[in-house]
Amino acid sequence: MANPWVHWAVFTVIGIAFVLVMVIAAIYIERRGIAYFAARVGPNRTGPFGIFQAIADAIKVLFKEMITPAQSDKLVYWLAPAVVFAPVIMAYAVIPFQNGAVLADLNIGLLFVIAISTLSTLGVFMAGWSSGNKYSMLGAMRMVAAVVSYEIPVVLAMAGVALLAGSLSLNDIVLAQQRVPFILLQPLGFLVLFLGGCAEINRSPFDLMEADSELTAGFHTEYSGMKFAMFYLGEYGEAVLMSTIIATLFLGGWQGPVLPPWLWLLVKIVLVFFTMVWTRATLPRVRIDQLMALAWKFMFPLALINLLLSGIEVLAWPQVLPLYLIPVNLAALVILVLLWSKLYRVGGGRVEV
Amino acid sequence: MLKFERYGIGIAKGMAVTLRNLFRHRVTTQYPEERLVVSRRIRGNQLIWKEDKCTGCATCAKTCPQGAIRVVTAPDEENNYTVINFEVDSGYCIACGLCVEACPYTALFLAYQYELARYRRRELVLDRDELALIEVTPSAYARPELEATLPRQDLLINRKE
Repeated sequence: MANPWVHWAVFTVIGIAFVLVMVIAAIYIERRGIAYFAARVGPNRTGPFGIFQAIADAIKVLFKEMITPAQSDKLVYWLAPAVVFAPVIMAYAVIPFQNGAVLADLNIGLLFVIAISTLSTLGVFMAGWSSGNKYSMLGAMRMVAAVVSYEIPVVLAMAGVALLAGSLSLNDIVLAQQRVPFILLQPLGFLVLFLGGCAEINRSPFDLMEADSELTAGFHTEYSGMKFAMFYLGEYGEAVLMSTIIATLFLGGWQGPVLPPWLWLLVKIVLVFFTMVWTRATLPRVRIDQLMALAWKFMFPLALINLLLSGIEVLAWPQVLPLYLIPVNLAALVILVLLWSKLYRVGGGRVEV
Repeated sequence: MLKFERYGIGIAKGMAVTLRNLFRHRVTTQYPEERLVVSRRIRGNQLIWKEDKCTGCATCAKTCPQGAIRVVTAPDEENNYTVINFEVDSGYCIACGLCVEACPYTALFLAYQYELARYRRRELVLDRDELALIEVTPSAYARPELEATLPRQDLLINRKE
Protein backbone atom coordinates (compact mmCIF):
# COMPACT_ATOMS: atom_id res chain seq x y z
CA MET A 1 0.00 0.00 0.00
CA ALA A 2 1.24 3.39 -1.01
CA ASN A 3 0.63 5.42 2.11
CA PRO A 4 2.42 3.91 5.10
CA TRP A 5 -0.13 5.42 7.51
CA VAL A 6 -3.02 3.76 5.71
CA HIS A 7 -1.08 0.51 5.78
CA TRP A 8 -0.40 0.96 9.48
CA ALA A 9 -4.02 1.79 10.32
CA VAL A 10 -5.48 -1.07 8.27
CA PHE A 11 -3.20 -3.71 9.70
CA THR A 12 -3.50 -2.46 13.27
CA VAL A 13 -7.26 -2.79 13.03
CA ILE A 14 -6.94 -6.18 11.33
CA GLY A 15 -4.48 -7.38 13.97
CA ILE A 16 -6.54 -6.33 16.97
CA ALA A 17 -9.78 -7.59 15.43
CA PHE A 18 -8.07 -10.87 14.54
CA VAL A 19 -6.82 -11.37 18.09
CA LEU A 20 -10.18 -10.58 19.69
CA VAL A 21 -12.20 -12.72 17.30
CA MET A 22 -9.73 -15.58 17.53
CA VAL A 23 -9.78 -15.41 21.33
CA ILE A 24 -13.55 -15.75 21.33
CA ALA A 25 -13.28 -18.59 18.82
CA ALA A 26 -10.53 -20.20 20.90
CA ILE A 27 -12.61 -20.07 24.07
CA TYR A 28 -15.48 -21.68 22.19
CA ILE A 29 -13.29 -24.35 20.62
CA GLU A 30 -11.65 -25.07 23.95
CA ARG A 31 -14.85 -25.40 25.96
CA ARG A 32 -16.72 -27.40 23.36
CA GLY A 33 -13.62 -29.39 22.49
CA ILE A 34 -12.82 -30.40 26.06
CA ALA A 35 -16.46 -31.31 26.59
CA TYR A 36 -16.44 -33.47 23.47
CA PHE A 37 -13.23 -35.18 24.49
CA ALA A 38 -14.98 -36.07 27.74
CA ALA A 39 -18.14 -37.24 25.90
CA ARG A 40 -20.05 -34.26 27.28
CA VAL A 41 -21.87 -31.54 25.34
CA GLY A 42 -20.34 -28.29 26.58
CA PRO A 43 -21.98 -24.85 26.47
CA ASN A 44 -24.79 -24.99 23.90
CA ARG A 45 -27.47 -22.66 25.21
CA THR A 46 -26.35 -19.14 24.20
CA GLY A 47 -27.05 -18.73 20.53
CA PRO A 48 -26.83 -21.49 17.93
CA PHE A 49 -24.53 -24.25 19.25
CA GLY A 50 -23.55 -21.94 22.10
CA ILE A 51 -21.28 -19.75 19.99
CA PHE A 52 -22.14 -16.66 22.04
CA GLN A 53 -21.06 -18.23 25.33
CA ALA A 54 -17.78 -16.29 25.45
CA ILE A 55 -19.62 -13.03 24.73
CA ALA A 56 -22.17 -13.78 27.45
CA ASP A 57 -19.33 -14.49 29.87
CA ALA A 58 -17.64 -11.23 28.89
CA ILE A 59 -20.82 -9.25 29.55
CA LYS A 60 -21.26 -10.99 32.89
CA VAL A 61 -17.71 -10.25 33.92
CA LEU A 62 -18.03 -6.59 32.85
CA PHE A 63 -20.74 -6.04 35.43
CA LYS A 64 -18.84 -7.70 38.23
CA GLU A 65 -17.25 -5.79 41.06
CA MET A 66 -13.53 -5.18 40.82
CA ILE A 67 -11.94 -6.02 44.12
CA THR A 68 -8.57 -4.61 45.13
CA PRO A 69 -7.04 -6.31 48.17
CA ALA A 70 -6.03 -3.98 51.00
CA GLN A 71 -2.52 -5.44 51.12
CA SER A 72 -1.92 -5.05 47.39
CA ASP A 73 0.48 -2.75 45.59
CA LYS A 74 -2.25 -0.74 43.86
CA LEU A 75 -0.43 0.63 40.82
CA VAL A 76 1.25 -2.65 39.90
CA TYR A 77 -1.97 -4.51 40.63
CA TRP A 78 -3.84 -2.33 38.14
CA LEU A 79 -1.11 -2.40 35.50
CA ALA A 80 -0.54 -6.15 35.45
CA PRO A 81 -3.56 -7.21 33.32
CA ALA A 82 -2.63 -4.74 30.58
CA VAL A 83 1.00 -5.88 30.65
CA VAL A 84 -0.19 -9.44 30.17
CA PHE A 85 -2.55 -8.69 27.30
CA ALA A 86 -0.77 -5.97 25.31
CA PRO A 87 2.20 -8.11 24.12
CA VAL A 88 -0.17 -10.62 22.56
CA ILE A 89 -1.60 -7.97 20.24
CA MET A 90 1.84 -6.48 19.64
CA ALA A 91 3.26 -9.79 18.48
CA TYR A 92 0.71 -9.91 15.67
CA ALA A 93 2.48 -6.98 14.06
CA VAL A 94 4.89 -9.39 12.37
CA ILE A 95 2.60 -12.31 11.56
CA PRO A 96 2.02 -12.48 7.80
CA PHE A 97 -1.60 -13.19 6.83
CA GLN A 98 -0.58 -13.69 3.21
CA ASN A 99 2.41 -12.78 1.09
CA GLY A 100 3.42 -9.31 2.29
CA ALA A 101 0.15 -8.78 4.17
CA VAL A 102 1.82 -7.89 7.45
CA LEU A 103 1.89 -4.74 9.57
CA ALA A 104 5.70 -4.60 9.71
CA ASP A 105 7.84 -7.12 7.86
CA LEU A 106 10.71 -6.81 10.32
CA ASN A 107 13.92 -8.52 9.31
CA ILE A 108 14.19 -9.64 12.94
CA GLY A 109 10.55 -10.74 13.11
CA LEU A 110 11.21 -13.99 14.94
CA LEU A 111 13.33 -12.25 17.55
CA PHE A 112 10.57 -9.65 17.97
CA VAL A 113 7.97 -12.35 18.55
CA ILE A 114 10.13 -14.13 21.14
CA ALA A 115 11.00 -10.91 22.96
CA ILE A 116 7.46 -9.55 23.00
CA SER A 117 5.67 -12.77 23.93
CA THR A 118 8.04 -13.32 26.85
CA LEU A 119 7.10 -9.87 28.13
CA SER A 120 3.72 -11.10 29.34
CA THR A 121 5.54 -13.19 31.94
CA LEU A 122 6.49 -9.89 33.53
CA GLY A 123 2.82 -9.02 33.78
CA VAL A 124 2.12 -12.35 35.41
CA PHE A 125 4.83 -11.80 37.96
CA MET A 126 3.59 -8.26 38.60
CA ALA A 127 0.12 -9.68 39.23
CA GLY A 128 1.39 -12.35 41.57
CA TRP A 129 3.68 -10.04 43.48
CA SER A 130 1.29 -7.12 43.86
CA SER A 131 -1.65 -9.22 45.03
CA GLY A 132 -0.14 -9.63 48.47
CA ASN A 133 -1.23 -13.24 48.57
CA LYS A 134 0.94 -16.29 49.02
CA TYR A 135 -0.92 -18.33 46.42
CA SER A 136 -0.56 -15.62 43.81
CA MET A 137 3.12 -15.26 44.64
CA LEU A 138 3.74 -19.00 44.41
CA GLY A 139 1.89 -19.20 41.11
CA ALA A 140 3.88 -16.29 39.71
CA MET A 141 7.18 -17.81 40.89
CA ARG A 142 6.29 -21.09 39.24
CA MET A 143 5.39 -19.23 36.08
CA VAL A 144 8.73 -17.44 35.96
CA ALA A 145 10.65 -20.64 36.74
CA ALA A 146 8.76 -22.47 33.99
CA VAL A 147 9.25 -19.73 31.43
CA VAL A 148 12.98 -19.51 32.17
CA SER A 149 13.20 -23.26 31.63
CA TYR A 150 11.05 -23.40 28.54
CA GLU A 151 12.15 -20.31 26.72
CA ILE A 152 15.58 -21.76 25.93
CA PRO A 153 14.44 -24.94 24.14
CA VAL A 154 11.69 -22.97 22.41
CA VAL A 155 14.12 -20.36 21.13
CA LEU A 156 16.56 -23.08 20.06
CA ALA A 157 13.79 -24.84 18.15
CA MET A 158 12.89 -21.55 16.47
CA ALA A 159 16.55 -20.97 15.66
CA GLY A 160 16.56 -24.24 13.71
CA VAL A 161 13.76 -22.87 11.54
CA ALA A 162 15.63 -19.62 11.06
CA LEU A 163 18.66 -21.65 9.94
CA LEU A 164 16.67 -23.53 7.34
CA ALA A 165 14.92 -20.43 6.04
CA GLY A 166 18.03 -18.28 6.17
CA SER A 167 16.04 -15.37 7.56
CA LEU A 168 14.44 -14.13 10.75
CA SER A 169 11.59 -12.42 8.90
CA LEU A 170 8.41 -14.43 9.33
CA ASN A 171 7.30 -13.67 5.78
CA ASP A 172 10.57 -15.05 4.41
CA ILE A 173 10.23 -18.11 6.64
CA VAL A 174 6.78 -18.79 5.19
CA LEU A 175 8.07 -18.21 1.65
CA ALA A 176 10.89 -20.69 2.32
CA GLN A 177 8.26 -23.36 3.03
CA GLN A 178 6.93 -23.14 -0.52
CA ARG A 179 8.21 -26.63 -1.36
CA VAL A 180 7.81 -28.49 1.90
CA PRO A 181 6.65 -27.30 5.36
CA PHE A 182 9.37 -27.34 7.99
CA ILE A 183 7.49 -29.81 10.18
CA LEU A 184 8.72 -32.53 7.79
CA LEU A 185 12.29 -31.29 7.70
CA GLN A 186 12.44 -30.62 11.45
CA PRO A 187 9.98 -32.87 13.27
CA LEU A 188 12.14 -32.76 16.39
CA GLY A 189 12.06 -28.97 16.47
CA PHE A 190 8.31 -29.08 16.04
CA LEU A 191 7.94 -31.44 18.99
CA VAL A 192 10.09 -29.25 21.21
CA LEU A 193 8.30 -26.07 20.15
CA PHE A 194 4.89 -27.66 20.66
CA LEU A 195 5.74 -28.93 24.15
CA GLY A 196 7.41 -25.66 25.07
CA GLY A 197 4.52 -23.72 23.61
CA CYS A 198 2.02 -25.66 25.70
CA ALA A 199 4.13 -24.91 28.75
CA GLU A 200 4.68 -21.28 27.95
CA ILE A 201 1.01 -20.48 27.62
CA ASN A 202 0.52 -22.46 30.85
CA ARG A 203 -1.98 -24.99 29.66
CA SER A 204 -2.26 -28.43 31.08
CA PRO A 205 -0.40 -30.72 31.36
CA PHE A 206 1.88 -27.80 32.28
CA ASP A 207 -0.65 -25.55 33.99
CA LEU A 208 0.83 -25.66 37.45
CA MET A 209 1.10 -21.89 37.66
CA GLU A 210 -2.62 -21.75 38.18
CA ALA A 211 -3.12 -25.27 39.47
CA ASP A 212 -6.55 -24.83 41.04
CA SER A 213 -6.17 -27.72 43.43
CA GLU A 214 -2.96 -26.33 44.92
CA LEU A 215 -2.91 -22.56 44.39
CA THR A 216 -6.61 -21.60 44.12
CA ALA A 217 -6.00 -19.87 40.80
CA GLY A 218 -2.31 -18.97 40.86
CA PHE A 219 -1.37 -15.42 39.98
CA HIS A 220 -4.90 -14.22 39.30
CA THR A 221 -6.41 -15.42 42.57
CA GLU A 222 -7.20 -11.88 43.71
CA TYR A 223 -8.45 -10.56 40.41
CA SER A 224 -12.09 -10.14 39.57
CA GLY A 225 -14.28 -8.35 37.09
CA MET A 226 -12.77 -6.89 33.97
CA LYS A 227 -9.19 -7.28 35.21
CA PHE A 228 -9.71 -10.99 35.48
CA ALA A 229 -11.23 -10.91 31.99
CA MET A 230 -8.04 -9.28 30.75
CA PHE A 231 -6.03 -12.18 32.14
CA TYR A 232 -8.44 -14.59 30.54
CA LEU A 233 -8.14 -12.73 27.26
CA GLY A 234 -4.37 -12.69 27.60
CA GLU A 235 -4.21 -16.38 28.34
CA TYR A 236 -6.24 -17.35 25.30
CA GLY A 237 -4.55 -14.68 23.23
CA GLU A 238 -1.21 -16.27 24.07
CA ALA A 239 -2.60 -19.67 23.16
CA VAL A 240 -3.72 -18.33 19.80
CA LEU A 241 -0.40 -16.55 19.34
CA MET A 242 1.54 -19.73 20.08
CA SER A 243 -0.66 -21.64 17.62
CA THR A 244 -0.04 -18.93 15.04
CA ILE A 245 3.72 -19.06 15.58
CA ILE A 246 3.76 -22.85 15.29
CA ALA A 247 1.56 -22.68 12.18
CA THR A 248 3.79 -20.02 10.65
CA LEU A 249 7.14 -21.59 11.49
CA PHE A 250 6.39 -25.26 10.92
CA LEU A 251 3.16 -25.71 9.00
CA GLY A 252 3.81 -23.29 6.17
CA GLY A 253 1.79 -20.31 7.43
CA TRP A 254 -0.48 -19.00 4.70
CA GLN A 255 0.89 -21.39 2.06
CA GLY A 256 -1.57 -23.85 0.64
CA PRO A 257 -3.49 -24.81 -2.49
CA VAL A 258 -7.01 -23.75 -3.58
CA LEU A 259 -8.13 -21.81 -0.48
CA PRO A 260 -7.17 -18.15 0.00
CA PRO A 261 -3.98 -17.68 2.04
CA TRP A 262 -5.55 -16.05 5.13
CA LEU A 263 -7.99 -18.95 5.34
CA TRP A 264 -5.12 -21.43 5.22
CA LEU A 265 -3.46 -19.63 8.10
CA LEU A 266 -6.73 -19.73 10.03
CA VAL A 267 -7.20 -23.44 9.37
CA LYS A 268 -3.68 -24.19 10.54
CA ILE A 269 -4.05 -22.07 13.68
CA VAL A 270 -7.27 -23.87 14.59
CA LEU A 271 -5.61 -27.22 13.89
CA VAL A 272 -2.68 -26.49 16.21
CA PHE A 273 -4.96 -25.06 18.88
CA PHE A 274 -7.21 -28.09 18.65
CA THR A 275 -4.22 -30.35 19.22
CA MET A 276 -3.41 -28.29 22.32
CA VAL A 277 -6.98 -28.71 23.53
CA TRP A 278 -6.65 -32.43 22.88
CA THR A 279 -3.51 -32.75 25.00
CA ARG A 280 -5.13 -30.62 27.68
CA ALA A 281 -8.19 -32.84 27.74
CA THR A 282 -6.05 -35.95 28.02
CA LEU A 283 -3.00 -35.44 30.17
CA PRO A 284 -2.97 -34.79 33.92
CA ARG A 285 -0.92 -31.97 35.40
CA VAL A 286 2.80 -32.61 35.92
CA ARG A 287 4.62 -31.80 39.14
CA ILE A 288 6.98 -28.81 39.30
CA ASP A 289 10.11 -31.02 39.43
CA GLN A 290 8.81 -33.09 36.53
CA LEU A 291 8.27 -29.89 34.57
CA MET A 292 11.81 -28.69 35.27
CA ALA A 293 13.25 -32.10 34.46
CA LEU A 294 11.34 -32.25 31.19
CA ALA A 295 12.56 -28.82 30.22
CA TRP A 296 16.23 -29.15 31.17
CA LYS A 297 16.93 -32.85 30.65
CA PHE A 298 14.66 -33.68 27.76
CA MET A 299 13.76 -30.68 25.65
CA PHE A 300 16.94 -28.66 26.07
CA PRO A 301 19.38 -31.36 24.82
CA LEU A 302 17.00 -32.38 22.07
CA ALA A 303 16.66 -28.77 20.94
CA LEU A 304 20.47 -28.46 20.87
CA ILE A 305 20.80 -31.66 18.85
CA ASN A 306 18.08 -30.44 16.53
CA LEU A 307 19.97 -27.21 16.01
CA LEU A 308 23.17 -29.16 15.34
CA LEU A 309 21.43 -31.45 12.85
CA SER A 310 19.84 -28.58 10.95
CA GLY A 311 23.16 -26.74 10.97
CA ILE A 312 24.88 -29.75 9.40
CA GLU A 313 22.09 -30.14 6.87
CA VAL A 314 22.23 -26.50 5.84
CA LEU A 315 26.03 -26.65 5.56
CA ALA A 316 25.96 -29.83 3.49
CA TRP A 317 23.24 -28.67 1.08
CA PRO A 318 23.55 -24.87 1.01
CA GLN A 319 21.08 -24.36 -1.85
CA VAL A 320 18.05 -26.65 -1.50
CA LEU A 321 17.59 -29.40 1.04
CA PRO A 322 16.93 -32.73 -0.71
CA LEU A 323 13.60 -34.37 0.04
CA TYR A 324 15.14 -37.64 1.24
CA LEU A 325 16.08 -35.76 4.41
CA ILE A 326 12.43 -36.04 5.49
CA PRO A 327 12.56 -39.76 6.41
CA VAL A 328 16.05 -39.24 7.83
CA ASN A 329 14.81 -36.49 10.12
CA LEU A 330 11.74 -38.47 11.14
CA ALA A 331 14.00 -41.42 12.01
CA ALA A 332 16.23 -39.05 14.00
CA LEU A 333 13.15 -37.86 15.91
CA VAL A 334 12.06 -41.37 16.82
CA ILE A 335 15.55 -42.56 17.78
CA LEU A 336 16.38 -39.48 19.83
CA VAL A 337 13.07 -39.43 21.71
CA LEU A 338 13.39 -43.14 22.51
CA LEU A 339 17.01 -42.69 23.57
CA TRP A 340 16.24 -39.72 25.75
CA SER A 341 13.29 -41.38 27.44
CA LYS A 342 15.81 -44.11 28.38
CA LEU A 343 18.27 -41.59 29.79
CA TYR A 344 15.71 -39.28 31.29
CA ARG A 345 14.83 -39.76 34.92
CA VAL A 346 12.66 -37.47 36.99
CA GLY A 347 14.36 -35.98 40.02
CA GLY A 348 17.87 -37.14 39.20
CA GLY A 349 17.99 -39.53 42.16
CA ARG A 350 17.39 -36.82 44.76
CA VAL A 351 13.62 -36.65 44.78
CA GLU A 352 11.65 -39.76 45.55
CA VAL A 353 9.26 -40.49 42.71
CA MET B 1 15.80 -54.53 26.23
CA LEU B 2 13.53 -51.78 24.94
CA LYS B 3 10.33 -51.78 26.92
CA PHE B 4 7.95 -49.44 25.18
CA GLU B 5 5.71 -48.84 28.18
CA ARG B 6 7.96 -46.01 29.33
CA TYR B 7 8.49 -44.25 26.03
CA GLY B 8 5.39 -42.15 25.68
CA ILE B 9 3.17 -45.11 24.84
CA GLY B 10 1.00 -44.21 27.83
CA ILE B 11 0.51 -40.71 26.43
CA ALA B 12 -0.45 -42.16 23.07
CA LYS B 13 -2.94 -44.51 24.71
CA GLY B 14 -4.53 -41.65 26.65
CA MET B 15 -4.78 -39.52 23.52
CA ALA B 16 -6.47 -42.42 21.73
CA VAL B 17 -9.03 -42.71 24.54
CA THR B 18 -9.99 -39.04 24.35
CA LEU B 19 -10.08 -39.23 20.57
CA ARG B 20 -12.52 -42.14 20.75
CA ASN B 21 -14.70 -40.06 23.07
CA LEU B 22 -15.07 -37.47 20.29
CA PHE B 23 -17.13 -39.91 18.22
CA ARG B 24 -19.14 -41.47 21.02
CA HIS B 25 -22.66 -40.54 21.93
CA ARG B 26 -22.74 -37.64 24.40
CA VAL B 27 -23.50 -38.76 27.95
CA THR B 28 -25.15 -35.49 29.00
CA THR B 29 -28.93 -35.56 28.95
CA GLN B 30 -30.33 -32.32 27.50
CA TYR B 31 -33.03 -32.51 30.11
CA PRO B 32 -36.11 -30.48 29.22
CA GLU B 33 -35.81 -31.38 25.53
CA GLU B 34 -34.48 -34.86 25.94
CA ARG B 35 -35.92 -37.28 28.49
CA LEU B 36 -34.56 -40.71 29.09
CA VAL B 37 -36.60 -43.77 29.87
CA VAL B 38 -35.98 -44.26 33.56
CA SER B 39 -35.53 -47.50 35.42
CA ARG B 40 -38.64 -49.65 35.68
CA ARG B 41 -38.08 -49.90 39.44
CA ILE B 42 -37.72 -46.12 39.93
CA ARG B 43 -38.71 -44.86 43.37
CA GLY B 44 -40.69 -41.99 41.96
CA ASN B 45 -41.65 -39.10 44.20
CA GLN B 46 -45.39 -39.58 44.24
CA LEU B 47 -47.35 -42.12 46.20
CA ILE B 48 -50.20 -43.97 44.52
CA TRP B 49 -52.93 -45.19 46.82
CA LYS B 50 -55.58 -47.75 45.89
CA GLU B 51 -58.61 -47.00 47.99
CA ASP B 52 -60.32 -50.31 47.33
CA LYS B 53 -57.38 -52.32 48.63
CA CYS B 54 -56.57 -50.19 51.66
CA THR B 55 -57.83 -51.50 54.99
CA GLY B 56 -56.60 -48.59 57.04
CA CYS B 57 -54.08 -50.69 58.97
CA ALA B 58 -51.67 -47.72 58.94
CA THR B 59 -48.57 -49.89 58.57
CA CYS B 60 -47.37 -47.38 56.01
CA ALA B 61 -47.78 -44.50 58.44
CA LYS B 62 -45.83 -46.38 61.12
CA THR B 63 -42.98 -47.28 58.81
CA CYS B 64 -42.62 -43.84 57.26
CA PRO B 65 -39.39 -42.32 58.64
CA GLN B 66 -40.59 -38.83 57.80
CA GLY B 67 -44.08 -39.16 59.21
CA ALA B 68 -45.42 -37.96 55.91
CA ILE B 69 -48.42 -40.29 55.84
CA ARG B 70 -51.52 -39.70 57.93
CA VAL B 71 -54.24 -42.32 58.07
CA VAL B 72 -57.57 -41.50 59.73
CA THR B 73 -59.87 -44.41 60.45
CA ALA B 74 -63.20 -44.76 62.21
CA PRO B 75 -65.98 -47.32 62.63
CA ASP B 76 -69.03 -46.77 60.42
CA GLU B 77 -72.70 -47.40 61.26
CA GLU B 78 -72.27 -51.19 61.10
CA ASN B 79 -69.19 -50.89 63.30
CA ASN B 80 -66.82 -51.70 60.38
CA TYR B 81 -63.30 -50.32 60.27
CA THR B 82 -63.21 -47.73 57.46
CA VAL B 83 -60.68 -45.25 56.14
CA ILE B 84 -61.87 -41.71 56.65
CA ASN B 85 -58.82 -40.01 55.21
CA PHE B 86 -55.47 -40.93 53.77
CA GLU B 87 -53.15 -37.95 53.54
CA VAL B 88 -49.59 -37.94 52.17
CA ASP B 89 -47.24 -34.97 52.16
CA SER B 90 -44.91 -35.48 49.18
CA GLY B 91 -42.94 -32.46 50.34
CA TYR B 92 -41.59 -34.53 53.22
CA CYS B 93 -41.39 -37.80 51.28
CA ILE B 94 -37.81 -38.96 50.77
CA ALA B 95 -38.88 -41.66 48.30
CA CYS B 96 -37.39 -44.42 50.42
CA GLY B 97 -40.18 -46.79 49.46
CA LEU B 98 -40.55 -48.32 52.92
CA CYS B 99 -44.33 -47.76 52.95
CA VAL B 100 -44.66 -49.62 49.64
CA GLU B 101 -42.56 -52.49 50.93
CA ALA B 102 -44.49 -52.60 54.20
CA CYS B 103 -48.02 -52.46 52.82
CA PRO B 104 -49.52 -55.93 53.40
CA TYR B 105 -52.41 -55.41 50.95
CA THR B 106 -50.49 -53.95 47.94
CA ALA B 107 -52.51 -50.78 48.19
CA LEU B 108 -49.50 -48.49 47.83
CA PHE B 109 -47.22 -47.95 44.82
CA LEU B 110 -44.49 -45.51 44.05
CA ALA B 111 -44.99 -43.57 40.85
CA TYR B 112 -43.16 -44.07 37.59
CA GLN B 113 -42.31 -40.35 37.40
CA TYR B 114 -39.68 -37.93 38.65
CA GLU B 115 -41.13 -34.46 38.15
CA LEU B 116 -43.06 -33.07 41.10
CA ALA B 117 -42.18 -29.38 41.25
CA ARG B 118 -44.92 -27.15 42.68
CA TYR B 119 -45.13 -23.49 43.56
CA ARG B 120 -46.65 -24.01 47.03
CA ARG B 121 -45.81 -26.54 49.70
CA ARG B 122 -49.52 -26.99 50.28
CA GLU B 123 -49.92 -28.32 46.75
CA LEU B 124 -47.74 -31.27 47.66
CA VAL B 125 -50.11 -32.44 50.38
CA LEU B 126 -52.67 -34.76 48.81
CA ASP B 127 -55.64 -36.16 50.69
CA ARG B 128 -57.87 -39.11 49.90
CA ASP B 129 -59.87 -37.48 47.13
CA GLU B 130 -56.89 -35.85 45.47
CA LEU B 131 -54.95 -39.11 45.60
CA ALA B 132 -57.82 -40.84 43.87
CA LEU B 133 -57.69 -38.25 41.06
CA ILE B 134 -53.97 -38.38 40.16
CA GLU B 135 -53.19 -40.25 36.99
CA VAL B 136 -49.67 -41.63 37.25
CA THR B 137 -48.28 -44.98 36.14
CA PRO B 138 -47.18 -47.07 39.11
CA SER B 139 -43.53 -48.05 39.26
CA ALA B 140 -42.43 -51.66 39.64
CA TYR B 141 -40.58 -50.88 42.85
CA ALA B 142 -41.36 -53.71 45.29
CA ARG B 143 -44.08 -54.76 42.82
CA PRO B 144 -42.17 -57.07 40.42
CA GLU B 145 -45.39 -58.16 38.69
CA LEU B 146 -45.59 -54.68 37.11
CA GLU B 147 -42.19 -54.89 35.47
CA ALA B 148 -43.55 -56.40 32.25
CA THR B 149 -45.82 -53.40 31.68
CA LEU B 150 -43.01 -50.82 31.69
CA PRO B 151 -40.40 -50.06 29.02
CA ARG B 152 -36.75 -50.95 29.50
CA GLN B 153 -34.41 -48.31 30.86
CA ASP B 154 -32.46 -46.28 28.32
CA LEU B 155 -28.94 -44.93 28.92
CA LEU B 156 -27.22 -42.42 26.63
CA ILE B 157 -23.96 -44.29 27.01
CA ASN B 158 -25.51 -47.36 25.38
CA ARG B 159 -26.72 -45.39 22.37
CA LYS B 160 -25.01 -45.69 19.05
CA GLU B 161 -24.57 -42.72 16.80
